Amino acid sequence: MGAILEIEGLQKTYAGGVTALQPTDLTINKGEIFALLGPNGAGKTTLIGLVCGLVRPSGGKIRAFGLDMAKDWRQARARIGLVPQELAVDMFEYVLPSVAHSRALFGRPADPAKIEKLLRSLSLWDKRDQRISALSGGMKRRVLIAKALAHDPDLLFLDEPTAGVDVELRRDMWQLIGELRDQGVTIILTTHYIEEAQEMADRVGVIDRGVLQLVEEKRALMARLGTTEAKIALAKPITAIPASLEHFGLAIEDDGKVLCYHGAGEGEVAPLLKALLREDIDFTGIDVHESSLEDIFVDLIGRNHHHNKEAAR
Amino acid sequence: MSFNLRGTLAIYKFELARTWRTLFQSILTPVLTTSLYFIVFGGAIGSRIDTMGGVPYAAFIVPGLLMLTILAESTANASFGIYLPRFTGTVYELLSAPIGVAETLVGYVGAAATKSVILAIVILATARVFVDYQIEHPLLAALFIMLSAVAFSLLGFILGCWADGFEKLQVVPMLVLTPLTFLGGTFYSIAMLPEPWRTVTLFNPVVYLVNGLRWTFYGQADVNFGAAIAATLGFMALCIAVIAVIFRTGWRLRS
Repeated sequence: MGAILEIEGLQKTYAGGVTALQPTDLTINKGEIFALLGPNGAGKTTLIGLVCGLVRPSGGKIRAFGLDMAKDWRQARARIGLVPQELAVDMFEYVLPSVAHSRALFGRPADPAKIEKLLRSLSLWDKRDQRISALSGGMKRRVLIAKALAHDPDLLFLDEPTAGVDVELRRDMWQLIGELRDQGVTIILTTHYIEEAQEMADRVGVIDRGVLQLVEEKRALMARLGTTEAKIALAKPITAIPASLEHFGLAIEDDGKVLCYHGAGEGEVAPLLKALLREDIDFTGIDVHESSLEDIFVDLIGRNHHHNKEAAR
Repeated sequence: MSFNLRGTLAIYKFELARTWRTLFQSILTPVLTTSLYFIVFGGAIGSRIDTMGGVPYAAFIVPGLLMLTILAESTANASFGIYLPRFTGTVYELLSAPIGVAETLVGYVGAAATKSVILAIVILATARVFVDYQIEHPLLAALFIMLSAVAFSLLGFILGCWADGFEKLQVVPMLVLTPLTFLGGTFYSIAMLPEPWRTVTLFNPVVYLVNGLRWTFYGQADVNFGAAIAATLGFMALCIAVIAVIFRTGWRLRS
């Protein structure tokens, strides 16, 4: 996959002196879903705003589709869509003309059939003649997505796309994002729901205090930083761990009735169980917990904050 | 893509559509206000005033009242047009679209000026109900009305970028434009003023607009028509330069 977006040394310091983004390098590959994770005020929205033209960079370069965004911004922006974090909609407008307006704004010819298909896919067709102000928050969010997709962007930014929407709508959004990826759209999303990134993302970036802490394949990240905890309820209590099992790093709990395993990755649980059977240690139940992306994220951010506090002393 | 024509038309149509949505406020209110001016100043008071340079007083004030409406409406329309998306946050779409300063100006300023020109035509038609006026140079009058509408729509656009609240949107039209227009010879000839006020008045730019339009109507005015055209074009150029700086620096638009 080739690069669709290349960011080099991009930084932003606001007029008040606050540095929202330290010099940042990032490459987004064509066709991938990239999740940008970070706590509030980490710099996620600033990074998106810089690429989309809402924020003026203090330094650095942005290339989209091989085009220099400083020079060929018209051509580049025509292929980028943005769903903002805030529910910014014209309350006096109606759904259908508003979405059609967005398409025209990006220089695309009118295409009523395309707009109808888009509105149907977002369950908005029945609401097409309604004033946007009359819609629920979730429906307004869908209108924003429809407006962002109206000009068939190749690169789509979703800034907290499921913030404040109910579970059903969130699932619908995930499905839509999956469909867009299948159509070849590259998606960069920021989210507070780490579950969302775990469900959909190909790669993950973690940003904190304006610094991009890491960028990695989601699976590789989870394999590298993820942990597995297994609790094995034994049929008969044991008092000591057999020598052949010592390399698993087991601990005895609950008066010898439970064996506890804590290790990196998920690959060691099955060999452990086989080894138990070879030692004639029977068990009645297994409870396995693998760390989620959220656990890894919380751990990373926590470590980063701890490191910063230590450095400040 | 060197100029986004579809995007420009989208802004233009969107802004004009807003006018039709608020027809009462956009068209009927200024027409009613101007009609009241004609009834009070033209009919009631004007009937007791002698002619102004051979022009009946009621007809004399038609160009001034027309200019008063054009300045106020052009400024208000254009300022509101860009301020509203800033206020609601929908300006993100404009800023992220392949839309530059040229498209934005043609779209927003063009729509605001169009609305003012339509309003001017409606007011001229309304004035005919109250006053029997003539237009000696109709083409020049049309040109001057369009230039004035564009110039003050440009000013309105700057105000819409500058304002950070609805109150500020009203400050310049209410505290600057309206007094300048009233003191700019709308209801009188500046030749009637004693010195030094007559000379002081010549520093009021609205004097040139009112008298420029009055000349196209009756072939006579307090200032030269060429000076009026030059002043209007100079004001337009200044506004365009300011807007170009706003876009280049992102002032009040991009953070």
